[in-house]
Amino acid sequence: MPKFARPLLLTTALLLAASLLSIGVGSVFIPPKSILTALWDALRGLPPATPNAEKLRVILITLRLPRTLLMALTGAALAGSGAAYQGLFRNPLADPYLIGAASGAGLGAVVSLSSKWPSSVLGFLAVPLTAFVGAILTVFIVFTLAKTLPVTNLILAGVAVSSFATALTSFLMINASGELRRTLVWLLGGSNMAGWKPLIGQFPYVLIGLAMLIAMSYRLNVLQLGDEQAQQLGVNVPRSRTIIILAATLATAAAVAFTGIIGFVGLVVPHLMRRFGGGDARRLMPLSILGGAAFLLLADILARTLMAPQELPVGIITALAGAPFFLVILRQSRREVW
Amino acid sequence: MLLKVAIQTAGYVKKVVLRDIHFELPAGRILALIGPNGSGKTTLIRALSGVLPVVEGDLHINGTDLSGANQQERARLLAVVPQSTFVPPSFTVDEVVMMGRTPYINWLGSTTQKDEETVERVMEVTDVTRFKGRRCGELSAGECQRVILARALAQDTPVLLMDEPTSHLDLRYQIEFLELLVSLAYEHNRTVLIALHDLNLAARFGDEVLAMKDGTTEAFGKTEEVLNPQTIEYIYGLPVKVFEAPDGGQKVIIPA
Repeated sequence: MPKFARPLLLTTALLLAASLLSIGVGSVFIPPKSILTALWDALRGLPPATPNAEKLRVILITLRLPRTLLMALTGAALAGSGAAYQGLFRNPLADPYLIGAASGAGLGAVVSLSSKWPSSVLGFLAVPLTAFVGAILTVFIVFTLAKTLPVTNLILAGVAVSSFATALTSFLMINASGELRRTLVWLLGGSNMAGWKPLIGQFPYVLIGLAMLIAMSYRLNVLQLGDEQAQQLGVNVPRSRTIIILAATLATAAAVAFTGIIGFVGLVVPHLMRRFGGGDARRLMPLSILGGAAFLLLADILARTLMAPQELPVGIITALAGAPFFLVILRQSRREVW
Repeated sequence: MLLKVAIQTAGYVKKVVLRDIHFELPAGRILALIGPNGSGKTTLIRALSGVLPVVEGDLHINGTDLSGANQQERARLLAVVPQSTFVPPSFTVDEVVMMGRTPYINWLGSTTQKDEETVERVMEVTDVTRFKGRRCGELSAGECQRVILARALAQDTPVLLMDEPTSHLDLRYQIEFLELLVSLAYEHNRTVLIALHDLNLAARFGDEVLAMKDGTTEAFGKTEEVLNPQTIEYIYGLPVKVFEAPDGGQKVIIPA
């Protein structure tokens, strides 16, 4: 695979650069060199050399680093599942947001958020799980509706089911007292949950989901030929498809449960990566995961700096970048250049 | 007999499409499947390849009972060239041909030397080697059809099922394609079942002909016996004339 090395290196380099920038940018700018020194010292268990270094370390460890990791993980989950949905539905427009998985996960998450457990330990397990249930239900409905219909109908079905889920979510939020503002900011994709807790809650689910997607990527390739041909090549189509749907939806739900609904990452990133490294999911999946992490970090940096000190929900930035992109793809998909 | 087909009924849960189809084929033969639109040719191919929900009856290849075989074992015994010319546009031609090796490679898709050699060889014989590295989205329908044939040949199966595989090919590639099948059958002992609309191609390349009408066998036998004016008129509901080509040997069928 000679085509793989260069895109992989470039995407990894971009991700590293975006990570350093994301850790560095904020009310106090920390240059990359100081970040690396501070992290290296903390890893070795050295005490901070100066009071200034101590302040720096607190900012890094309790604020910037977990935020950066959470955004990177979320971006990876959304772009990885986007690549999987696009392959699975054989539809260039499929994305966790547009097919309604994200709204379904949002509804599921709000159900448990509004039921007074959110900050307990049980709540931390419950939010991603109810998000997963909500997301699976919407994906199932959308998939059933769109199965026999042409490309754009998947999106229509997604929009309808997603509006329904969003309406239910709003209804729940209006009924829930007190928590409203928090949930609203969360829904718009603001990572207002600081610290390591959301990261720890999200990590296992995203890891499992993405690992399953990477493991299924050859099967996903063969599914591109269509169900019947894949079956004639010896692939167990229903089983492969179920595993891929479950894995992609798990990753989406975990992302949504802790960072809210962030649209278009799963659409834009796999597309760019497909141009870059071809359609083979064994390359596309890792590239999308790395690229998605980098993309969301960059969007998050913009969200934090554009109106500093006020912070914009990152979903606004990804939508501003992603929606025009979506329209371009929509135009192209009529000519079937996918 | 390499391929033994004894279908009582086949179709969908609520709808029977095929009934009473019985035939046997030795290795190294080409069977032309003819019949009007909707007569069940495609459904028969789908029934044999295991993608039709309901098949009552016995199917054997080389003594292996297909009803007991799983999908992967089946994919090592028979390959299908479908009517559709869809190939995933963002994949390269060699990637698609390599997918023909799916029944032999592990779930990660790691290929061996043998897989590489097989793919190279089948790309050579189907004349798609020069498209290596090109994305399938850039190919014409006829070129896609040859890529699909290459993919089916990469499966390296004793039986090949083909559904109108020449519909998008120009005259030269049609003949080359069918001559390739002849060499596969006669030199490599493959059994080929090919659905054709063009009766002249069926007459020229089929060793035997299976004529279908309304989901069942209307006639099965040697090409020269089945392709007579009465049978053809009965099946298609159109009178025809059958001539001998001026240089002898081949039959020419034209509407009367």
